[in-house]
Amino acid sequence: MTATAQPSANELGRSRKRKEDARLISGRTRWTDNISLPGMVHLAVLRSPVAHATIGSIEVEAAKQAPGVAAVFTGRDFADEQGSLPCAWPISSDMVAPQAPSLAVDRVNFAGEAVAVVAARSAAEAHDALELIEVDFDDLPVVLDMEAALADGADLVHPEQGTNRNALWVFDSAEVGTGGDVEDAIRDASDNGVVVRRRFRQQRLVPAFMEPRSVVMDPTGEQLTLWSATQVPHILRVMIAMTLGVPEHKVRVIAPDVGGGFGGKLQVTPEEIITFLVAQRLGKPAKWTESRSESLVSGHHGRDQIQDITICASRDGTVTGLKVELMADMGAYLRLVSPGIPILGAFMYNAIYKIPAYHFACTNVFTTKTPTDAYRGAGRPEATFAIERIMDELAVELGMEPLELRERNWIKHEEFPFTTVSTLTYDSGNYEAATARAKELFGYDGLRAEQRRRREAGDPVQLGIGISTFTEMCGLAPSRVLGSLSYAAGGWEHASIRMLPTGKVEVVTGSSPHGQGHETAWSQIVSDQLGVGFDDVEVLHGDTQSSHKGMDSYGSRSLTVGGIAVVKAAEKVVDKARKVAAHMLEASEDDLEYDRGRFTVRGTDKGTTVADVALAVFAAHDLPDGVEASLDSDATFDPENFSFPHGTHLCATEVDTETGHVTIRSYVCVDDVGTVVNPLIVEGQIHGGLAQGIAQALFEEAVYDEAGTLITGTLADYLVPSAVDLPNFVTDRTETPSTTNPLGVKGVGEAGTIASTPAVVNAVIDSVRHLGVRDVEMPCSPQTVWRAINAAQGRAKSVSEGYTDTAAGGGLGSVDASGGAR
Amino acid sequence: MIPASFDYVAPSSVEEALQALAQGGEEAKVLGGGQSLLPVLRMRLAAPTTVVDLRKLTELRGVRDEGDAIVIGSMTTHHDVTRDPLVAEHAELVVKTIRTVADPQIRHRGTFGGSLVHADPAGDLLAPAVALGAEMVIAGSSGRRTVPASEFFLDFFTTAVAPDEILVEVRIPKHTGWGSHYEKFNRVAQAWSIVAVAAAVRSEGGSIAEARVVLTNMGSTPIRATGVEQALVGQPASDEVIRAAAQHAAEGTSPMTDGNADGDYREHLARVLTGRAVAAAAGLAVQGG
Repeated sequence: MTATAQPSANELGRSRKRKEDARLISGRTRWTDNISLPGMVHLAVLRSPVAHATIGSIEVEAAKQAPGVAAVFTGRDFADEQGSLPCAWPISSDMVAPQAPSLAVDRVNFAGEAVAVVAARSAAEAHDALELIEVDFDDLPVVLDMEAALADGADLVHPEQGTNRNALWVFDSAEVGTGGDVEDAIRDASDNGVVVRRRFRQQRLVPAFMEPRSVVMDPTGEQLTLWSATQVPHILRVMIAMTLGVPEHKVRVIAPDVGGGFGGKLQVTPEEIITFLVAQRLGKPAKWTESRSESLVSGHHGRDQIQDITICASRDGTVTGLKVELMADMGAYLRLVSPGIPILGAFMYNAIYKIPAYHFACTNVFTTKTPTDAYRGAGRPEATFAIERIMDELAVELGMEPLELRERNWIKHEEFPFTTVSTLTYDSGNYEAATARAKELFGYDGLRAEQRRRREAGDPVQLGIGISTFTEMCGLAPSRVLGSLSYAAGGWEHASIRMLPTGKVEVVTGSSPHGQGHETAWSQIVSDQLGVGFDDVEVLHGDTQSSHKGMDSYGSRSLTVGGIAVVKAAEKVVDKARKVAAHMLEASEDDLEYDRGRFTVRGTDKGTTVADVALAVFAAHDLPDGVEASLDSDATFDPENFSFPHGTHLCATEVDTETGHVTIRSYVCVDDVGTVVNPLIVEGQIHGGLAQGIAQALFEEAVYDEAGTLITGTLADYLVPSAVDLPNFVTDRTETPSTTNPLGVKGVGEAGTIASTPAVVNAVIDSVRHLGVRDVEMPCSPQTVWRAINAAQGRAKSVSEGYTDTAAGGGLGSVDASGGAR
Repeated sequence: MIPASFDYVAPSSVEEALQALAQGGEEAKVLGGGQSLLPVLRMRLAAPTTVVDLRKLTELRGVRDEGDAIVIGSMTTHHDVTRDPLVAEHAELVVKTIRTVADPQIRHRGTFGGSLVHADPAGDLLAPAVALGAEMVIAGSSGRRTVPASEFFLDFFTTAVAPDEILVEVRIPKHTGWGSHYEKFNRVAQAWSIVAVAAAVRSEGGSIAEARVVLTNMGSTPIRATGVEQALVGQPASDEVIRAAAQHAAEGTSPMTDGNADGDYREHLARVLTGRAVAAAAGLAVQGG
């Protein structure tokens, strides 16, 4: 028997350094692109340089003759077997869902779409051969603007569908019975209160995970084995079976170590299907690994919505209604969950506030751009941005301090559990505590005083404060809720625990880490549950052969769903061990006490451990009658509710009014993610999340030119910030345990991204609001801020010359003056 | 991304390198530190038949004192230039500029000469070379010639170096005791300049005796802001004088419009940044962030 360390203290709450980091950081690990198989061919994909065109002839003979080339395929070669890439979220019964081929057959609908694939002995030869393929494209009109796409007589992305409208999805609190009629509320506020309308633009973003996507397919064994840099190996296996008609039990999918995803690898990609088909056709292993530019143009994008928001309130600042009208850009095709992404936001626009009337309507639109789908937060960042931005605008119209307005409307801590106007029941939270702590750490009052001084002095560098008191729904998801939203699958998670004879433990998890630190966190959980050492736990994941069942990782679900499944499986291990322990100790089960791996006979010093029991069960020489010789257990956990982390984020920006340059001077966030398993991991999640949310506010945008080609096609143009571009983050936590899971945990993976974007933009606008600026479109680039200041000062000049401006705001914003918002 | 195939040679002397270039003809490319050429190759924006790698030419590395000038070998890395005491003492503007270039990894690979010959108008080393009146020493099959920096940069990515020539060293007249500053404006730290201003000022008794102001990325080549220089010389180094002089910064420029900035915004930035660069070079406190 090998030594097993006895844990000395609770693992839960310990800032363990991550087990997996040494190999991940050094790169000496199982990245998909590190896999090399005998006889393997390398693939290179030819992509459309044009956004919309019919495909005439494709000349591939020269490429086939090129050195090292094994085969060249076009969409026509695979037309009968490639099927249509799956969309698992038909949000309405009449949703328009065009065929989505992995390799374009007759038409390309976005620049970057795959049109041909070369298989060669080496990747270099495959890429060389790509240049020999000639495609005859016959251009069609591009469709780039959502409003124009919806107009009568618009050019169509998919002419055979007769429309660019994918679907309309509506929630109305008066119809559902959870609240009043928002039109009544707006009418009433027009007479007696305040109505504020704004249009916000959620620019298109690129997930920009660190590890490029990569796929390896081996058709030479009994099973068809696919390695992929994916977040969703289990979903991928099912979808390959369904899409290609391959028997599911003949497909094995492995997500080895995966270097980031942020939703960008929550996908069944064209390249996975293409690699699968090529390998099968050639009878040889095949590998495809993308370049960064390929990733930017062909991996799915995120966000890209136009948000028309109307909020109304009484003069004392009580919000009386909220109306949300969205257009969401699907891009050229529906991918795995594209249509549902904006709908995930539908439940979050009311945020932490008690809003008595709510209407949400989202129109999904096709354009000739790269498809959109999940990106960190997925619908919820957009919602949080809109509500937190418009709360600031409402505060200005009311002449209220923005934090006071929020406090007047938020759910008080004694009011939990609280059922919102959008039907969710928030189990727990304490917005007062998080806000008070954040204000203290931020030095809120002092910064406000400095802001006044700088404004009075006309300092060229102006200071602003931005607030985001956010919550989000995560831990996707209760299966019955997903069913009610027409999602194709459930939201449970599976785990199993295998007790080895030496007292070591194997944990098999159905969630699929791609940077989160499951191996560490799950070890900590199991260490506490079974009383084994942290290092005596091995976490197995991401291989459908060992982890046969799972729903994978996205939507901040790993801990709140997958981690709880681990707890449930551990409880079953203990229950099984208890019977054997009682037998070994010659005591009644009822007389046994259990604490972190140790059974003791109540009132005595007699006892044994789960590890000892495991050895006894392995020997199986002396088990009680009817007891199976195994402690191994599994559990499938379906959450009864989402989890609702929340927090208060405060950002101070300095805006150089001469150049428009924004500097974040300080950023304070106090997050409440319930009970914390590993504070270091939580800290890392918050930091990374903040970086991505701030990136949306200030830096990143996927920009298309008039021809529909992506002009931010490299990381020199698509500005992902690095550590030097970001401030030191001041973070703290309050801990209000979730009441809907046994650990009291809430999700944390998306919190920082969801919360931070509006905090930053609110701060930017607050920095220059006294100059007349009412909105700045994201990303708040220096030029955008500078132009907003200039435009506002132009307006101020015309006001002073006698022209009364009541309607215009900076950027796309506007205030409805008719409602008394003068 | 994988470059198209090419022949690779790593000569061990300038003469051998010149021979390799001559044999390679128009389709040969010189590889310095690779920070510009490799991305271009990998994206297949260029497909030279021969790449002539200068990495073995130790004779082109380092800085030496030549009396009234310092001489920087073209293969000296950015990092080594910033660490050299001669450069710090006699061409402080170069050190201050290089500290704003990209990130430490790039500064350890990229070379002083490679940056200059690449001649990206947004590249940072062009403006200080012009500001300090550098002389470019170019080797060719018929010997060496010297071209002043002001005549070296011909257009976007185009210099006086012919395809069969190599930039071997850069002579920079000593500017000992000059105040200097490089004011760079970009959106993220590792990005190229949207606009930047190199300023070097020699003060005498509180007045500006000499001034050099050169703009980065305000045209296809670095642009000397002569209007600004003339308005400064002989004047006291005061905020008022500098602010007024900086108003001439965009004169005669025709900056491009791209994803980061429109032309009119670049002109505005040139004026604001020039004021800041000159003030800092003259040792005044600078407002703005």
